[in-house]
Amino acid sequence: MSATSANSSLLTLNQSEELVDLPKDYPLSASEDEGDGDGERKHQKLLEAISSLDGKNRWKVAERSEASLKVSEFNVSSEGTREKLGLSDLLQPIKTSPSLATVKKQLNRVKSKKTVELPLNKEEVARIHREVAFNKTSQALSKWDPIVVKNRNAEQLVFPLEKEQAAFAPLEHMLGGWKARTPLEQEIFNVLNKNKQPVTDPLLTPVEKAALRAMSLEEAKMRRAELQRARALQSYYEAKARREKKIKSKKYHKIVKKGKAKKALKDFETLQKVNPTAALEELEKMEKARMLERMSLKHQNSGKWAKSKAIMAKYDLEARQAMQEQLAKNKELTQKLQAVSESEEEEGGVEEDGLLIPDVVNEVQVNANGSNPWMLRRCTSDVNEMKIQKDPEQLSKSMAYEDSESEEEKSPVAEETLLREIEKKRSLRERSKLNQDSKPVGSQEAQDANSQEVLSELRALSQKLNKKTHQTQKPKGSSLGTAPPVQTEEPSLEEEEPLLLQKPQRATTLEDLEELSKEGHSGNTELPRRAKQEQQAEKKPDDQPDAPKKNRKSQMISLQNLLTTKPPSVKSLAAPTTMELEDEDESYQKQMIKEAFAGDDVIRDFLKEKREAVEACKPKDVDLTLPGWGEWGGVGLQPNAKKRRRFLMKAPEGPPRKDQNLPNVIINEKRNIHTAAHQVHVLPYPFTHHHQFERTIQTPIGSTWNTQRAFQKLTAPKVITKPGHIIKPIKNEDVGYRSSSRSDLSMVQRHPTQLSIRHKKQLKKHSVN
Amino acid sequence: METAPKPGGDAPPKKNKLRAKRKKPRRYWEEEETAPTAAGASLGPPRSKKRKQEFRPQRPKNTYIQNKSRVSKKPQIPKKPRERRNPEPQRTLSGAQDPFPGPAPAPVEAARKFRRIDKSKKLLHSKSKARSRLEAAEAEEEEASLRAARSELLLAEEPGFLEGEDGEDTAKIRQTDIVEAVDIASAAKHFDLNLRQFGPYRLNYSRTGRHLALGGRRGHVAALDWVTKKLMCEINVMEAVRDIRFLHSEALLAVAQNRWLHIYDNQGIELHCIRRCDRITQLEFLPFHFLLATASETGFLTYLDVSVGKIVTALNARAGRLDVMTQNPYNAIIHLGHSNGTVSLWSPAMKEPLAKILCHRGGVRAMAVDSTGTYMATSGLDHQLKIFDLRGTFQPLSSRTLPQGAGHLAFSQRGLLAAGMGDVVNIWSGQGKGSPPSLEKPYLTHRLSGHVHGLQFCPFEDVLGVGHNGGITSMLVPGAAEPNFDGLENNPYRSRKQRQEWEVKALLEKVPAELICLDPRALAEVDVITLEQEKKERIERLGYDPEAKAPFHPKPKQKGRSSTASLVKRKRKVMDEEHRDKVRQSLKQKQQQKEDGKKPKPTGTRSSALDRFMH
Repeated sequence: MSATSANSSLLTLNQSEELVDLPKDYPLSASEDEGDGDGERKHQKLLEAISSLDGKNRWKVAERSEASLKVSEFNVSSEGTREKLGLSDLLQPIKTSPSLATVKKQLNRVKSKKTVELPLNKEEVARIHREVAFNKTSQALSKWDPIVVKNRNAEQLVFPLEKEQAAFAPLEHMLGGWKARTPLEQEIFNVLNKNKQPVTDPLLTPVEKAALRAMSLEEAKMRRAELQRARALQSYYEAKARREKKIKSKKYHKIVKKGKAKKALKDFETLQKVNPTAALEELEKMEKARMLERMSLKHQNSGKWAKSKAIMAKYDLEARQAMQEQLAKNKELTQKLQAVSESEEEEGGVEEDGLLIPDVVNEVQVNANGSNPWMLRRCTSDVNEMKIQKDPEQLSKSMAYEDSESEEEKSPVAEETLLREIEKKRSLRERSKLNQDSKPVGSQEAQDANSQEVLSELRALSQKLNKKTHQTQKPKGSSLGTAPPVQTEEPSLEEEEPLLLQKPQRATTLEDLEELSKEGHSGNTELPRRAKQEQQAEKKPDDQPDAPKKNRKSQMISLQNLLTTKPPSVKSLAAPTTMELEDEDESYQKQMIKEAFAGDDVIRDFLKEKREAVEACKPKDVDLTLPGWGEWGGVGLQPNAKKRRRFLMKAPEGPPRKDQNLPNVIINEKRNIHTAAHQVHVLPYPFTHHHQFERTIQTPIGSTWNTQRAFQKLTAPKVITKPGHIIKPIKNEDVGYRSSSRSDLSMVQRHPTQLSIRHKKQLKKHSVN
Repeated sequence: METAPKPGGDAPPKKNKLRAKRKKPRRYWEEEETAPTAAGASLGPPRSKKRKQEFRPQRPKNTYIQNKSRVSKKPQIPKKPRERRNPEPQRTLSGAQDPFPGPAPAPVEAARKFRRIDKSKKLLHSKSKARSRLEAAEAEEEEASLRAARSELLLAEEPGFLEGEDGEDTAKIRQTDIVEAVDIASAAKHFDLNLRQFGPYRLNYSRTGRHLALGGRRGHVAALDWVTKKLMCEINVMEAVRDIRFLHSEALLAVAQNRWLHIYDNQGIELHCIRRCDRITQLEFLPFHFLLATASETGFLTYLDVSVGKIVTALNARAGRLDVMTQNPYNAIIHLGHSNGTVSLWSPAMKEPLAKILCHRGGVRAMAVDSTGTYMATSGLDHQLKIFDLRGTFQPLSSRTLPQGAGHLAFSQRGLLAAGMGDVVNIWSGQGKGSPPSLEKPYLTHRLSGHVHGLQFCPFEDVLGVGHNGGITSMLVPGAAEPNFDGLENNPYRSRKQRQEWEVKALLEKVPAELICLDPRALAEVDVITLEQEKKERIERLGYDPEAKAPFHPKPKQKGRSSTASLVKRKRKVMDEEHRDKVRQSLKQKQQQKEDGKKPKPTGTRSSALDRFMH
């Protein structure tokens, strides 16, 4: 007891000492005034004792008496402060010193630190370990997947794995150090020398040698790096393009577009100077763009956007501007027409009024009336092209009209315009129809006009360009303009006329197709003709089996017919030894045969037999009638017909008999169980339908049906091993992986027990897949 | 790339500069190189079609292997593809040049007949694994067929033929004319055996075509090597002989005698007397199954396995006396002709006939099936000769009335049809191989000294053996037999040792009797009925269908698009699509049904209002 208490006191003492030690330069040290302190204490006690004798101050609070001052060397008293003492408070009164800051920090850190959490239990820890190990292992093993798959799919595996062969030395190298020794060898050498056979000099060119030496590793690496770089660059570029495409700022796009247009113009100008023919091509392209524009009605304020803007235009200045811009663009793109009309109003305009697009539209109309319009339209494609050229003209004209209107109104209602357009088109078509009815001959002239127009348009465009380029290309333009319009006489107009009037029926589609193609374009006739030929070819076999089919059908009708069909009568056997029978003779004989077999009607018997066989094969109906149920019972009572009908379960009809349409045949439908025992009745794994599997086993693999080599190949073993050779597990180097990479199985080997069963399963699955 | 190398020059073009001065080394193959190819390309001397009769004797005594020079006569190799494929021959290390570079040319046309997979049949869409298997199988088939077609080059012999001058009828050519025209060896194949003493003869050639067995009605049995005319044995069994047949080799001989079936060896020693087969009228031997099929007077068709000596099955045809029997060499089905004009097809696996065909108004007198199993010729008491198609339809292709009716029929290996009518033998030929014989005009006719009693074409020889009242006649029929034989299968020149070895092999490859069925390729099909049954049972056992399509679960999508509503919507879409498919299918079916049966289906019972509760 005493020992322990002493110990504890010692402990406290130590603690207090430590605490006291912290402030080192504390002014009052207890040891200094120990001597006189003792005496004073005694004196004080004495005084107290005396004073207490009078009994006045008896209930004074008992006070600690040892440490007179606040601090003792053994303990800290909180007397007087009235609040708890913090650790930092202990430091407070001392003058600040830089060294203390760190201590403070440390203390703060100590204070802020939470308690350490409980360690996980064992299972949890193990599971985490396993998971990590599994992930690592599966990652390491997944690199073998392609090899596993390859080996699985390989037709044949040869073990032990073959190392790549050492480059075989050419014959000449081998022969270099060799000399003929035996007489036989010498003789052979002599013969060879006589015939000037080169024995030792190399026959390989350096190129061949280089080819023999495969591409070196460094080269391959360099090449690969280059390729990689190129690919990376490409992907960067693509990404950039995509980014730019995604930018939604219209302003940006506008700027980009303008820049592009400017650049194109500049390019064109330079091209004109450098290479006029190319420039002409470019011009054509532009022309085409214009045509497309005119066709597509892209900038006609008819789109969705334009409609929405039209609604807003009243209030929104920007919208109005945008619309106007669009219209301006449209005008710009379709401006050439005006130029044309200016230049050729006298000839073209007059003509156009009367003979506008009758040809093409008419044709299409007729086709629609007559036969399949799609086919016809395809065959008259070039005619269609003309239509394309022609139609937009009309449209654009109407558009121009429209535009002027819209400008006046300033607030065009899109739907109205659309409706009007449609109306106009319809009226145009009707008019053209009328034209066709009245005079279909006008098509040719119209065509000519058309070609002229095209030319004039071209000229106009070129003139415009010339203006831009300060009339550098004037001669060219004029030459284009003065080019005489090509007058092509259509040879088959007369043919077309009756065709139009006749309105061919559906049945003669191909004929008129061919005619059309003939008249339309001589160059393109091949296709329909071929189609026709094909059709004829199709027809032919159709025709041929037609007769036998009919025959067969008639044969099927009655067996009597079948057996009594008159055989092809042959005049003579043409053999000197055979007896020839005349027709009357034959008929006589037939009569005799008929008489001989008058008794047994073979055919009827056979039909009866067949009927019986069919009946026997049919599934039977089940009669579930209970006699006496719900009616009077008794002997000899029949349940009524209605009830019997109600409770008769009809058997489902089986598949049709094989001899259904063969009157003279009875085919046994019973299943041959002996054969079935030898048939496959389980569908193997990857197949889902038995037809698929049957296809794979249709080829016989025996040597009876195959040549020797085919037989060997078909029956080659899946795995070939060399007897007496160790089959080592596959290594990194065997499959071209770098050996320096960390061994993938080391992890598993180090902690083999850490892999749980589940993970092992997964691993297995991985390797299987 | 570069200019095509000349046949003489073998050095690469780069080297030419360096070597310009030196003379190029000359190789031993260089000078000959052009010669053989040119010879190979050119055909033989043009043959005049006008020759009166050309009779090519089947086989000179040297085998086809030695007779390589004739290979060149067959211009089978299409030249074009090779040139296109390999414009420049490859160089080997030593500088040698392959005169025939690239893979061997593939005769695609010829390979077609070796094809087994019918690609016109479309399969359902298959999974990738199954598809890869299918592709592999197809590639294998293609390669095997190509190889087979390529090896046809080794079939050096060509069939003989008989061709008349303009307007001349080949049927007018007599045997004596033919014998005069052909070489001595072939002429020796025409002979007559005058055996008037022992009545009409039946005869049988062995499978190799080398041996002939003959049995006279009055007990005369003989076996001989008819080519060398060496008699193997000659006995009199002191009993009526109805039929005679070689078993798998020429060493064993089955004779249908008056009471029982006897088996003799080639010495004429009786080995067996099979009493279970009594009153046999006709014999047939199925060589690949080692089965001897016998038709008896009592109406039984009995199959005897000669390899183990057991009777496999005895089938009662229930049609009275069986007189007419033949086998289909393609599928080993036995055809029986009956007196009611039907022909029934039998296999030992089934107790009932596989099929019955009504062929004639009178009884069937004779039948023959060609070697490919495509055509059957029948003749009946109504004096008709008909040719039937055996490929599923059993319909007559052509027919003809003969003045006397044919009592015996025989097909040759190349499809010639011989008919014995009284003492006349008529032979008809088809247009080409694989076509039925046209009955318009006979190809050859011959009159014998007695009524025909047995008729058979000799395999691998252009010879028709006829047994008749006056003995045996061996006729020359150009173009009757297959010119090329399979040395491993039927070698006419085999030695005793070879025969014994072949016997062992054949026994090892014996086909079980129960595998005989109408379509032998059915064995390569899946037994669908059992498959379905097992599937059903499995579903019952498990309680669910393990192969059923899993219900559609929409994939979860990100960015809030995987809301419940959208999931449901997607699910609904798939369901609707499936439903639509179903409806479409059913509509199609209905339409088809409508087209199929325009006539209203006669319903046995009136439909009642209660029907709706039945299902």
